[in-house]
Amino acid sequence: MSLLLEMFTYPFILRAFAVGILVSLCAALLGVPLVLKRYSMIGDGLSHVSFGALAVAVACGFAPLAFSVPVVVASAFLLLRIAEHSRIGADAAIAVLSASALAIGIVVTSLTTGMTTDVDSYMFGSILAMSRGDVVLSVTLAAAVLALFILFYHRLFAVTFDESFSRATGVKVGAYNSLLALLTALTVVLGMRMMGAMLISSLVIFPALSAMRIFKSFRAVVVCAGALSVVCFCAGLIASYLLSTPVGASVVLCNLLVFLLCCLAGRR
Amino acid sequence: MDRDILLACRDASLGYEHRALLEHLTFTVRAGDYLCVVGENGSGKSTLMKSLLGLISPLAGTIDCPAQRAGAIGYLPQQTSAQRDFPATVNEVVLSGFANKRGLHFFYSAAEKSAALMNMGKLGVLELQNRCYRELSGGQQQRVLLARALCAADRLLILDEPVTGLDPAATQDLYKTLRYLNEKEKMAVIMVTHDMRGALREARTILHIGRDGWFFGTVAEYLASPAGKRFGGAL
Repeated sequence: MSLLLEMFTYPFILRAFAVGILVSLCAALLGVPLVLKRYSMIGDGLSHVSFGALAVAVACGFAPLAFSVPVVVASAFLLLRIAEHSRIGADAAIAVLSASALAIGIVVTSLTTGMTTDVDSYMFGSILAMSRGDVVLSVTLAAAVLALFILFYHRLFAVTFDESFSRATGVKVGAYNSLLALLTALTVVLGMRMMGAMLISSLVIFPALSAMRIFKSFRAVVVCAGALSVVCFCAGLIASYLLSTPVGASVVLCNLLVFLLCCLAGRR
Repeated sequence: MDRDILLACRDASLGYEHRALLEHLTFTVRAGDYLCVVGENGSGKSTLMKSLLGLISPLAGTIDCPAQRAGAIGYLPQQTSAQRDFPATVNEVVLSGFANKRGLHFFYSAAEKSAALMNMGKLGVLELQNRCYRELSGGQQQRVLLARALCAADRLLILDEPVTGLDPAATQDLYKTLRYLNEKEKMAVIMVTHDMRGALREARTILHIGRDGWFFGTVAEYLASPAGKRFGGAL
């Protein structure tokens, strides 16, 4: 217990808590429409692109966030276009894009700085990565995502449930999809440095899947996904502190555990 | 102009990127009409549907839909596979028919909630309102989507192959519901369908679309036309 109290005396852990809670909340909320629209792969693709972008930024000496945010946002729109015109090649195209981005990142890094601990922390996350600026940015982002959800909740539901009906009643479906892609891109860039490029997409996908196992209404699924995600993040962070395991992987394992429990609970 | 006209298609050519699938199409739908659109696959039925909904504009001619401008159009799309495991209650689905009728508010108004309940009542899905959409039968799901369409519309329903995939009992059920909405609620119906037998029995007017032209007229006129003899005569 004293160990637990002690961890809250470190400012970097407090920052990690603040950023992590907000990012996992945003990721879970955005994840519900993304998973239901069969766009889960977009989150995965984006995390690889954002790894590539960060690696290039570090190698060339650009400011990491200033460089990777526009790159990832641009790829989010590209991925969305690929997924919307989903012919046979859509998921293959996304896989190709993410593998390429990852490869570019690794080659650029090994040609310049070499595979340092920096790169390792981009891949698998680091609790030390959160600066004061990240806290400000994630508060802004979380505010944007929450505002989107509250103001546009019903239209978001309509667009997620049935695009053709929404289009016919005059909802600008394309604009809502772009907004989703934009916010997902920002969430991925922010969350990636703590969670790691390989693991951030699980924050988007797991809570939505778990919540869908036990709840039958859209509203309950959204609320539950948000709550589960925050709880799993906190549990994962505490576990990682106590057991000295990497944060990202610990959070993902917490999510997996909750998902399995939800599967069991949903079967009854 | 005739105030009864809900949709008027005048000398319209429809298609994509300068390639017209349908040319010189002219027909009107008035209040209380029941129009079935029939024809082979690939003849341009879904292009016509998108044009009627205003999702693509005609290459030439005009499609004038006062009902759409007034937000009085209700659409029943073909079901997508994504909806089969969608977590949503019947209530949520039906209320989403109002989603674009209002500004940015988190809660639906009392008037909208009671209108939704009334529409669920009309379609006999009121007792299902707290059930999960994905647990319903195909016929029940169609009724729920029809209730949603009623929330979005009050004068014109556009249905895209509503009976495809329904069993015979559910099909008859749906036709009965549509007849009730058409006759008692004075709702005009435009239905794209593959069910020729149902179309000839239920509709007042038929629009037949073929690769080599189109025909628009009453059911009796249609049966007497060459296209009608070829397709309808077989039954």
